Amino acid sequence: MSVALFYALAGAGLFSIGLHALLVHRHLLRKILAVNVMGSGVFLVLAAMAAPNAIALSDPVPHAMIITGIVVAVAATALALVLMLKLTAETGQAVLPGREEENS
Amino acid sequence: METLISWAIDVALVLLVVSLAWRALASTDLFKAIVLFIAFGLVLTLVWVRLNATDVALAEAAIGAGVTGALLLAAYAKLRATSPDAIVDRAGGISGIGAISLLILILLVAAALGYAVWTLPSDYAGLGKEVAANLDQSGVSNPVTAVLLNFRGYDTLLEIMVLLLALLGAWSLGITIPRPEAAPGLVLDTLSRLLVPLLILVAAYLLWVGAHAPGGAFQAGAVLAAAGVLMLLSGRELPAALATWPLRLALVLGPATFLMLAVITLILEGRVLKLSPEWAGRLILIIETTATISIGVTLTALFMGAPPGEEDR
Repeated sequence: MSVALFYALAGAGLFSIGLHALLVHRHLLRKILAVNVMGSGVFLVLAAMAAPNAIALSDPVPHAMIITGIVVAVAATALALVLMLKLTAETGQAVLPGREEENS
Repeated sequence: METLISWAIDVALVLLVVSLAWRALASTDLFKAIVLFIAFGLVLTLVWVRLNATDVALAEAAIGAGVTGALLLAAYAKLRATSPDAIVDRAGGISGIGAISLLILILLVAAALGYAVWTLPSDYAGLGKEVAANLDQSGVSNPVTAVLLNFRGYDTLLEIMVLLLALLGAWSLGITIPRPEAAPGLVLDTLSRLLVPLLILVAAYLLWVGAHAPGGAFQAGAVLAAAGVLMLLSGRELPAALATWPLRLALVLGPATFLMLAVITLILEGRVLKLSPEWAGRLILIIETTATISIGVTLTALFMGAPPGEEDR
């Protein structure tokens, strides 16, 4: 197994951990963290694939895409945090209304 | 022996990254989760260095760990100020059979992703050769900057627009900012006086060096935002005279310059953001300088969360 493949598999692992947390947790701040971890997993796969073996020339295109991705992620995170604060100001809780609340 | 040490470092880093991510997402205390997430970002920075992606490492340290961490902590503080109940993360919307079937589903997804990554061809060439062959036409000698601002400039144009849109979205929600509870201590005050000029200098350096070495507009903008956040934290406010149109101008300076260049190149060269080789170096510097200012101001404004001067409404 090459180093790149090892890191790419770790990236897939991070994505799965993030996806699990996104679905399991109800608190929105935790969901935002989970989405960020998922994004980091995707970036890790991209970066690992940029240098598939030690001899090959490192590919700058995925690197540029990751930098773009990091900036888009911070923009999305900032907007999500403000949305969470707005929801908390309205309802007093930082969770999305679930099925129980709708029924009652 | 050398490969063994190198492998040991890689394995240790990956274990650390995965366990930090796991603990950040599983710890019961939200504050702890945020701090662990920032640590996760910093260790990830080392991973980028191991993968020879120094530009990405700088962006991760400045934006991924730095600015995101500041935003998360600020949101946590505001959440606590809004309602003490809101920072308690009650466990589990899902339990019993639901949790088990979800776990099985996630494991299936993980296995499928792992298989997909495993079967990726390892002998493809990528675009490294093409970028290297055209690098002397791009006006800069750092291949990542060449891709970001010349070969795939439209990506970066859209990305700057996304950043501006996020701020407009955040502002339009009309969150009120609670006043800072206490005056900053002597240490924070002195430290910010020392650090802010230094941070501005570092930002200028990162901007300039991006043409031929790791660095560039986004890293520089994030460092500039760090200076802005530090000033806000130490109790300084944007003077009312600057909070109106000068702030708006700083916000749109980068996107507007970039957009204007896109239109001009479309008319003159017939293709959006096609930079002619003899002008490319100077044009990239102009785009990057204006973008750095706008990125720095936008990220600082996102940290504030609401347009300045509207705290008291």
